[in-house]
Amino acid sequence: MRYLPKSPADREALLKAIGARSIDDLFAPIPAEYRLQRDLKVPRQMAESEIVDWYRERSRENGDGYATFLGAGAYYHYRPVIIDALISRGEFLTAYTPYQAEISQGTLQSIFEFQTMICELTGMEVANASMYDGSTAAAEGVMMAVRLTGRHSAAVARSVHPEYREVLATYASHQGMPLSSVGFGDNGRLDLKALEKAITADTACVLIQSPNFFGTIEDVAAIAEIAHRSGALLVVSIAEAVSLGIVEPPRQSDVVTMEAQSFGVPLGFGGPYCGVIATREQFVRQMPGRLVGQTTDKSGKRGFVLTLATREQHIRREKATSNICTNQALVALMANIFMTIYGKIGLRELARQNLAKTAYAAEHFNKHARVLFSGAPRFNEFVVQTSEDPYAINARLLGHKIVGGLPMKKFYPELGNAALWCCTEMTTRTAIDTAVAMVAESERSLLAGKEPETEGVAR
Amino acid sequence: MKHMTRKATRHVSQNEGLIFEKSSPGKAAWKLAPLDVPEVDAAKLLGSAARKDLGHMPEVSEIEIIRHFTRLSTWNYAIDLGMYPLGSCTMKYNPRVNEVVSRLEGLANGHPYQPEKISQGALRIIKTLSDCLTEITGMDAITLQPAAGAHGELTGLLITRAYHQSKGNPRKKVLIPDSAHGTNPATAAMVGYSVENLKSNPQGMVDVAALAAQMDEDVAALMLTNPNTLGVFEQEIHKIAEIMHAKGGLLYMDGANMNALVGKVRPGDFGVDVMHLNLHKTFSTPHGGGGPGSGPVAVKQVLEPFLPKPVVITKPDGTLAFEYNRPMSVGRVRTFYGNFGMFVRALAYILANGPDGLRQTTEDAVLNANYIRKGLEGVYDLPYSTPTMHEVVFSDKLQQKKGVKTGDIAKRLIDYGFHPYTVSFPLIVHGALMIEPTESESKEEMDLFVEAMKSIAEEVQEDPQMVLDAPHSTRVSRLDETTAARKPVLRWKPGA
Amino acid sequence: MPYPTDYKYTKEHEWIKADGKNATIGITAYAQESLGDIVFVELPKIGSEITAGKSFGTVESVKAVSDLYAPASGTVTEVNGELATAPEKVNQDAHSAWMIKITLKNPGELSSLLSAADYEKFIAEEAGH
Repeated sequence: MRYLPKSPADREALLKAIGARSIDDLFAPIPAEYRLQRDLKVPRQMAESEIVDWYRERSRENGDGYATFLGAGAYYHYRPVIIDALISRGEFLTAYTPYQAEISQGTLQSIFEFQTMICELTGMEVANASMYDGSTAAAEGVMMAVRLTGRHSAAVARSVHPEYREVLATYASHQGMPLSSVGFGDNGRLDLKALEKAITADTACVLIQSPNFFGTIEDVAAIAEIAHRSGALLVVSIAEAVSLGIVEPPRQSDVVTMEAQSFGVPLGFGGPYCGVIATREQFVRQMPGRLVGQTTDKSGKRGFVLTLATREQHIRREKATSNICTNQALVALMANIFMTIYGKIGLRELARQNLAKTAYAAEHFNKHARVLFSGAPRFNEFVVQTSEDPYAINARLLGHKIVGGLPMKKFYPELGNAALWCCTEMTTRTAIDTAVAMVAESERSLLAGKEPETEGVAR
Repeated sequence: MKHMTRKATRHVSQNEGLIFEKSSPGKAAWKLAPLDVPEVDAAKLLGSAARKDLGHMPEVSEIEIIRHFTRLSTWNYAIDLGMYPLGSCTMKYNPRVNEVVSRLEGLANGHPYQPEKISQGALRIIKTLSDCLTEITGMDAITLQPAAGAHGELTGLLITRAYHQSKGNPRKKVLIPDSAHGTNPATAAMVGYSVENLKSNPQGMVDVAALAAQMDEDVAALMLTNPNTLGVFEQEIHKIAEIMHAKGGLLYMDGANMNALVGKVRPGDFGVDVMHLNLHKTFSTPHGGGGPGSGPVAVKQVLEPFLPKPVVITKPDGTLAFEYNRPMSVGRVRTFYGNFGMFVRALAYILANGPDGLRQTTEDAVLNANYIRKGLEGVYDLPYSTPTMHEVVFSDKLQQKKGVKTGDIAKRLIDYGFHPYTVSFPLIVHGALMIEPTESESKEEMDLFVEAMKSIAEEVQEDPQMVLDAPHSTRVSRLDETTAARKPVLRWKPGA
Repeated sequence: MPYPTDYKYTKEHEWIKADGKNATIGITAYAQESLGDIVFVELPKIGSEITAGKSFGTVESVKAVSDLYAPASGTVTEVNGELATAPEKVNQDAHSAWMIKITLKNPGELSSLLSAADYEKFIAEEAGH
């Protein structure tokens, strides 16, 4: 097998040195009744060309070449080519976790830069070297608040990504942690009066997302004030990292949890992505995940090491801040390079383009259907409510190789025929105009009492 | 005439600074296409939510970024350069075809919420990998959702708890051998179970009598690694499974050491009820400096209803779909479907190997570990004489007499061009040296490693200070971890 | 290294100096040497109750965490704030770098602890292993 660097003669020599007659001797510790006597039933060995062909078929079956209006926690942004050029270097790709600092300075220094830039962007004082994704980062952020306050419940905004809330529920249920759900108002923002009612003396934190699932930017200062007044912490989750280029970060929060996928990580059908936790210096010992610190070596040279490791599983075992071991280092490196490429000016310009495309789209959709939540500022997502079922509209759009906005009935049934639309710098005016025209046609038909042509409802 | 080259300072490539130290206003590495829609006034649109500025984010050019990260990369050791003898990490070759296929547009740009009609490619990858992994493990069903091994452990224990709850009693504790990886007890605590330690016997295996004594109806599961962290296969595994099952407990297996088992034996066949796999260990997905990983969890049929949702099903018309209607599911452990990019890579590895390749891989892994064990026996103390499989654990007992510990030997190994083995783990061996070569090492590389370790053992006798002060050949040496922990500096600051 | 004779000691390497109803607690020179460079000390809040034999905090080195076990039961009246910014004081002089002061709940508990001489014998045996 071509990955194995041994000739039959090598294997013979090794067996001889060990003093074994055959390889079977080395598997003798396995009780005979369990040893497999047959081949595994997996596909036969393929040549590299066959593997590539097999996957090319899968790629063709996977919407290759479609334009998309989907967001909802995974965003389609341009990925500058030097990201892959750099992360594909064997020294980054095939390196181990940087426990041996002397021969991992490349990884360690890049993580240190990553931590720095996340702090700059989020307005926090320390940031870790990545969590699995935005949803688990949010769940761990809530657990952090529980440890810090000694309180046991959390108030969670309904405008937080539904799957993030599901993940939090999974983590919380086995800790015996009650979660209360706080609704949103007509402007799409967290209902502040409902929040005041939901907070109790046992509320460890309030969890919000901003921009929230609807794309609406929350009134973070007001929410922070309510939370802090009651001794609760504020945890803010950010799902669309590019928003940080133009939207003021949640500086009043105590913990910021993020999904950095928008920073140069491919959509990749849902993963791997890049969660991050950032917080105030005073909370650092309760923050899970790896941390890189600057130090000097024995000759006074600057270097970097993993630090505050006593928070982690390999030392504290059952008393650790989390069980996390492997994180998302290579994906964090992609995000690191992306942030470095765009930098201070580029991130703002990139965000501005997202804002412009979305404003244009929202304005035109609103001429024909109802764009909800326009009473508060938004970033690059918005909700369109149509007379017709969005699945039917999307089925027709698919024929134009366009993937329409995400139908939301399964998450927010009270919003009826609503769909979540996202525009990034990659969305073309042509695609927007086509989608708007499709919605316009749908509204006209329904108004005129005619059945619009349907291709069969997708999903 | 004497011409001498004078240099003011060494070329910066050996002393590459932080990217912020190169930043200067006006430099740029980006350019956006012109807007095809009207410009907007952000301040007007966002009001008080408009950002004032981006602080000290850097401004640099493209070539500076290329040079910066290329130079940084040269300071890393990597599998592409040489062996990592790290025990239980399975640092095998990361095949490049895996990288190519994961970048095919339809897969790389697939949005997880896109309609199922145009997601059949991704669904087929998920299903094919799932089928291969259940076959390899001898289990009945699987979830690919967990993002790493520890995440898989969490999921496995959530499933365990849900199962016991469905029987009316979630139970209170989990038994964990003292040789276990730290994630095991950390995970048990996260799920709300208390941890009870299970001592190992003098051969380094589970003390079956102790297990029988400690097993009762309050124990939800035993978390077992097999082969264990000493590289030893639990020969009494059927007794262990029996003891657990007799009192209604489950046998959880940490699959970190699957590299000793693939194609030779299946955990499902020897009594395991639930287990996780590490795609970034056994199945060749790259370590990338610390992740991403992927930790699928495979279960027996009785636990299938509790799997995270969604699961992949085949519809009557033959197309694949996600099924969310799973009332007994433990819920979600992350958004979407898992680290899909790692599924692509792991499946490509399985396809490249086929059944014969997978078996040969496992045989070579065990052959290599035993070759190294033979080469170092007598040079380093071997605490357990039990036969080992794909990894071997020595101790620094002989070298401690000269005041040299496993961590020092590890640092000296760096001077010989190798990454250190796993230091001071498992905890049941004082001063442990844990070595796993994997099947990816040639005889030449292993001979070099054995020679290096022998040479260091001699140095310990003749010149221990050389070992205690190592490494001598790296850019930085013996970084001050104490100050880093006492006075943490976790970010760059201007004026620093 | 002489161990102060007016202190009492535990087998988990804590010392306690009683002064009527009050007592001062720290860890021994042997403990700090085994731990190596101490980077962080986690201590209870003033007013909290500690129980003899149970953990009241932790002491961390770079690679390890150890529990601090209470030599006696009582209520915490003072916490050594210096250790928050200078944990190395414990390495420099473990017998003066006190950690907490308590009012003793049950002064009789001290009689079952080790004297300086007994403690020195105990650690000599431990080191011999």
